[in-house]
Amino acid sequence: MTEFTPIASTLGGLLIGAAAAILMLALGRIAGISGIVSRLLPPAGEGTGWRSAFLLGLMTAPVAWFVVTGRAVEQTVSGNLPLMVAAGLLVGFGSAVGSGCTSGHGVCGVARLSTRSLVATAVFVSVAAATVFVVRHVLGA
Amino acid sequence: MRIAIGYATGLLFGLGLVISGLSDPAKVLNFLDPFGSWDPSLAFVMAGAVLATAIGFSAARGRRAPLFAPAFDWPARTDIEPRLVAGAALFGLGWGLGGFCPGPALTALPLAEPGTLAFVPAMLAGILLARLLPPAR
Repeated sequence: MTEFTPIASTLGGLLIGAAAAILMLALGRIAGISGIVSRLLPPAGEGTGWRSAFLLGLMTAPVAWFVVTGRAVEQTVSGNLPLMVAAGLLVGFGSAVGSGCTSGHGVCGVARLSTRSLVATAVFVSVAAATVFVVRHVLGA
Repeated sequence: MRIAIGYATGLLFGLGLVISGLSDPAKVLNFLDPFGSWDPSLAFVMAGAVLATAIGFSAARGRRAPLFAPAFDWPARTDIEPRLVAGAALFGLGWGLGGFCPGPALTALPLAEPGTLAFVPAMLAGILLARLLPPAR
């Protein structure tokens, strides 16, 4: 079980959206994490500076959180390493083929009411929920 | 300036992931499990994020250019092609297996959980593997 956190989750969501809004207003770019990562992998072209800085900022967040609040980030990650490798491969491959992930399609694309992003988001949320259903309630893992 | 904005927005985005709970795979998997230990929190994350993004984007639509770049880079494609759907489906399968999507996985990297250290390099390999496919039209 995890605790239902409507207030913290809405607040965190607003911060995510504020970051996406500022990135567009300041640099004219979509805050899509898979796209930012993909464009940093060789052959890297224009925009390497702000993209690397963005990822560095992402990775500073749990450290900043700990320094400011004195609390570690709550997290439960599966220790099943072959499963996590398979999940990582699918997430990387799927987001590259489908031109986006939760941030690019699910947040920025849905906020633009992009048909492509609405379709992609509906597909990945449905498939992810079906996957969890099979893993937890059919296979009983 | 571009680098400072990149860093600041990355940090803000990451703090949003941490505060919202999206950085916790257990919370993501429980959101995806309405027939089990359902935690609807992620719907609130999405609502907040989409609302703030939509407000910022509509402000951007009213401007000729961004503050520190020559032009807005709005996505131009509007077609629903098989790659979009197939890619989203594979992405959803991976998301449902691990509970991680790219942003939360990278944010979790400094916490150095074994599962995260297995996931992130595999994700990078997955992105590179996709380049072996014939280029999209």
